[in-house]
Amino acid sequence: MAKVLVVTSGKGGVGKTTSTAALGAALATAGKNVVLIDFDVGLRNLDLVMGAERRVVYDLINVVQGDAKLPQALIRDKRVPSLSLLPASQTRDKDALTEEGVAQVIGELKEKFDWVICDSPAGIERGATLAMRYADIAIVVTNPEVSSVRDSDRIIGLLDSKTKRAEDGERVEKHLLLTRFDAVRAGRGEMLNVADVLEILSIPLLGIIPESSEVLRASNLGSPVTLNNPVSAPARAYFDAAKRLNGEALEVIVPSDRKGLFGKLFGRRAA
Amino acid sequence: MKLINFFRRPSTAPVARERLQILLAHERAVSGKSDLIAILREEIMAVIAKHFPVDQEGIKVKMERGEVVSTLEVEVEIPTPMCPSFPLPAKPVKVAAVSPDETSQAKELGGAGDPSEFIYDEAPTEMAKTGTEA
Repeated sequence: MAKVLVVTSGKGGVGKTTSTAALGAALATAGKNVVLIDFDVGLRNLDLVMGAERRVVYDLINVVQGDAKLPQALIRDKRVPSLSLLPASQTRDKDALTEEGVAQVIGELKEKFDWVICDSPAGIERGATLAMRYADIAIVVTNPEVSSVRDSDRIIGLLDSKTKRAEDGERVEKHLLLTRFDAVRAGRGEMLNVADVLEILSIPLLGIIPESSEVLRASNLGSPVTLNNPVSAPARAYFDAAKRLNGEALEVIVPSDRKGLFGKLFGRRAA
Repeated sequence: MKLINFFRRPSTAPVARERLQILLAHERAVSGKSDLIAILREEIMAVIAKHFPVDQEGIKVKMERGEVVSTLEVEVEIPTPMCPSFPLPAKPVKVAAVSPDETSQAKELGGAGDPSEFIYDEAPTEMAKTGTEA
């Protein structure tokens, strides 16, 4: 049975697109058929992070409006064949997305894929509410920082009220993905720690992605971090999160990159 | 230990955590019933209208959220009857309510000539309770 997953956050720039790409690639390398849908109409970026920006012909709105068939718009990843992308339109208005159209597209994709992952735009407007509308599972991407936590709380409220499942009296499974986490700074009391965020938002933890230069390096190259450097700390954290999505019970740890003598000496004392 | 603390900057995360907890407690209470003030206004008006002829525009309800105490301000304008011997002053009556975490005594503010005698004693306290429970 296909699962529809929304990656959302409220606040922009916390790592929704990065996480969509990394988790999608991790699930696909584990043998699942995965499709990523970019809902950020007018500001699409998932194609760029996936390295497929030059292969976009048709987009989500073309499909919604019947100008293109779904298979024509899907872009299959060159590295992982079981991973596909449905890009957003860069030129059209976001009002071109209709609830019925989105329902139709997601319904069709559910027949072909194991995971339908919706990359939500920032904010709480039409694009964001449509991205979460048909979700079974939600990943709330949060940075350990006050404005991100507040916006996540707002999004959790919307997931409990504005989704199809919520309206039908069911619940959307919600998971917290804490990104850009710095264990050393949290240890020093300079950054909210994991327990703080979990206590405030009170949803289960899917994973902790450490702050890492590998993330930017991967997006520079147009490759999800889980494909670009699978042994790096953030990639391992995403692989673990993907395993938890598939039902594996793994203990949540914060992976870290191996440090040199200097880093070890000073990193430990600071923590 | 003191030497380490001297070099270390004071931790800010606990402040962030506390600020968030206070803020979100308020925001969660309001979301879902964002028209709480409108509902309050209507219900308060219904109560008062049982006893006085009040104008639709004659009631103002304002809520201010503070860290420890939130105040609910209800301002009711009651038209002065034509009769010149009527004792009611023309000034509006203000009722301020304090959150239950503080002393939940309602206070009467403003309204020279003690209008609270005229509005029977129970009513403002009742209103205050309705407001702060939500």
